[in-house]
Amino acid sequence: MGIVDLFMKPTFARGLHPSAHKETAARSIRRMPFAATLVLPLSQHIGKPAIPRVVAGQEVVRGQPIADADGPMSVPLHAPADGVIESIGLHPSARGPWTESIVLRVYEASQQKVGWFAPVDTDTLTPAELIDAIQATGMVGLGGATFPSHQKLSVPAEHAIHTLVVNGCECEPYLTCDHRMMLEYPQDLIEGTRIAMRAVGATRGMIGIEDNKLDAVAALRSHLPADGSITVHAIETKYPQGAEKMLIKSLLGLEVPAGGLPMHLGIVVNNVGTLALLGRLLRKGEGLTERVVTVTGPGISKPGDYWIPIGTTLRTVLTWAGAAEVTEREVILGGPMMGQTVASLDVPVTKGISGILVFDHRMRHADDQKSWPCIHCGACVNACPMGLNPTQLGMLAAKREFDVMAHKYHLGDCFECGCCTYACPSHIPLVQQFRAAKSFLREKAHP
Amino acid sequence: MKGNIELRAAPHVHSGRSVPVIMRNVVGALLPICFFSVWQYGLSSAALILTVTATCLLTERFFSSTSGKGNTLSDWSAAITGILLALTLPPNFPLWMGAVSGLVAISIGKTIFGGMGFNPFNPALVGRAFVQAAFPSTIASFVPAYAPQRFVEFVPSTLTVPFMQAADNAQWIGHAAVDAFTGATPLARWKFENFTYSASDFMTGVVTASAGETSALLILACGAYLAIRRFMDWRIPVAVLGSAVLLAWAFHLMLPARYPEPIFVLLSGGLMLGAIFMATDMATSPVTPVGVWIYGALIGIVSVVIRYFGGLTEGVMYAILIANAATPLIDQFTQPRVFGARKS
Repeated sequence: MGIVDLFMKPTFARGLHPSAHKETAARSIRRMPFAATLVLPLSQHIGKPAIPRVVAGQEVVRGQPIADADGPMSVPLHAPADGVIESIGLHPSARGPWTESIVLRVYEASQQKVGWFAPVDTDTLTPAELIDAIQATGMVGLGGATFPSHQKLSVPAEHAIHTLVVNGCECEPYLTCDHRMMLEYPQDLIEGTRIAMRAVGATRGMIGIEDNKLDAVAALRSHLPADGSITVHAIETKYPQGAEKMLIKSLLGLEVPAGGLPMHLGIVVNNVGTLALLGRLLRKGEGLTERVVTVTGPGISKPGDYWIPIGTTLRTVLTWAGAAEVTEREVILGGPMMGQTVASLDVPVTKGISGILVFDHRMRHADDQKSWPCIHCGACVNACPMGLNPTQLGMLAAKREFDVMAHKYHLGDCFECGCCTYACPSHIPLVQQFRAAKSFLREKAHP
Repeated sequence: MKGNIELRAAPHVHSGRSVPVIMRNVVGALLPICFFSVWQYGLSSAALILTVTATCLLTERFFSSTSGKGNTLSDWSAAITGILLALTLPPNFPLWMGAVSGLVAISIGKTIFGGMGFNPFNPALVGRAFVQAAFPSTIASFVPAYAPQRFVEFVPSTLTVPFMQAADNAQWIGHAAVDAFTGATPLARWKFENFTYSASDFMTGVVTASAGETSALLILACGAYLAIRRFMDWRIPVAVLGSAVLLAWAFHLMLPARYPEPIFVLLSGGLMLGAIFMATDMATSPVTPVGVWIYGALIGIVSVVIRYFGGLTEGVMYAILIANAATPLIDQFTQPRVFGARKS
């Protein structure tokens, strides 16, 4: 440890310090009741959509698998409540286009009790059996990536994994669901971490938590296994600390090579929410039927973290959470830095939704809509965690020189954290332009 | 749950920092320096600052409306150009010449390139360079600070009739009766008489010069405010002043009789004002972390070289203009290292 390390918390270079707005962190997780109907898209994960194994009119119990994984790059789907399958058809989804979904009419008498489960002994299973058991829970990356968890933990044999990094940063403003999970389910998280370490063959688990959540650090430290294989680290509160590459840099001082993945360094990263739920479900052999979602924002009168059954529509959630009636608003899924707005409140809560934010447009400043020419202040360059030059990229985007952006200015390394747009005093939509440039290049490569 | 939902692309929050906020803070940081100049030079200085700034604002307004851009005065950048330009001129500079410099600064220095953000050179310095070439003797004549009648009457040259030669100030200076006045700036006295002032002379203001030359401490304080609030890149003034002092120190060590002490170089001339308020102009300085150091060092070195070996007494203006010209090149060759790229 050098002299500098004594005074500075290890972290990555540049980044931002947006206002945290983590007011909901002080409240315990509450539970939302079952809605009358639940809409369950067959594709709530990256990969192939699940295949329905129920038909309209069929009765199901809470926890019962209603769709099977279609091959290894897919996960099954479980009924979040007792009820009857109403139909299978197209419904609005968060991604935009309508997608194939199972609609479940929930019985009024439906209870919290899970009626369908198959307990597994995680200590005796081989890693391969463990991977299969994880797939059976339908678990995906709950931070928002929705990458199937069993796939993330099945690393090709040529990459020997030594470290499992557990991401408890929750660097997005407003979101507190991971924070509450760490406080209220520390044992489940440690259990999930041990399972994931076994599945992936890691000997070391490192939990990284931003230092604005020291209560979570303390809670986890008091539940660590005696063998010292899992450690908890407080790291600087800075956006985007929760990005895989930034977190690895902060915890291990290693840079994932440009264009590479953490597994190339022998590391696998998982989110705390994912592992806590995995630790909670796997031993009991239950499927993923509900998740914790932060429902907050200036337009919400009862903000907080809620256990919400998968498939509950945003309209129902917002009615229960007391969304004020306003003329203009944004409904954002995820955090305010990277989350997407939805066009319809008929969109259901799916596995990857960590937050529902309602922004009231009356809180916007009049100047927000104005923009000015780039004044070369360098605010974006000093914010970009990837060391890109958004000033140059922005000028090229305006000229539609997308190929130059990709080949000379490393557009492909941009992971769209939004720091550049956040910092820009000229209000130039930089990351939005980069996203457009990337999709243009993708279209061009695969027409 | 009624009402419209608006679709937007992430990020949905913003730092709250905008161009006018930055520019307004720079204007605010320049005001104490203006007041100090008025305190030293009285009516003439106030009239010059107001005239030059007003000319800049009017020129900006004229070009922005003719180009159909709407009102660009609201970004406050033209006000900065005006105030900065006024502070680089002698306080007794004829008002009509000041107006010419303001007109040139905004029209040729800025709007001709497309307005704010597109100008390759600092507009204030373009205006200053123009009048330096057009009125070389007038821009080199100074009246003493703290003249007793400064708040009662204008310096004669201030009110020169447009398109006429500057009026003679000898009589006005005569009844000002200020000690130690020679009518030349410290840099001119050093260059032509090999006379150096001590650091305390600069602090107490017995020297004669444009405002930026006698208020180094005040400029430093105003710059510190901007740097702390992050409205200015602190690395640029540090690089400019650091490289100038290092180079001056090297010369002083070699030939102490010929070259002054580094502190003289630091406090004299427009170095402080140039380093803190002009070299840091965002539009004309590099954006890359390595680039700003190279850019700043270039300004410091060229300033000292012009002062020591050039025909002019002061080189900061041309040093900054040269570095402005090099900015695109510097940016091009100092692209930041991308995260995860191989260290080579």
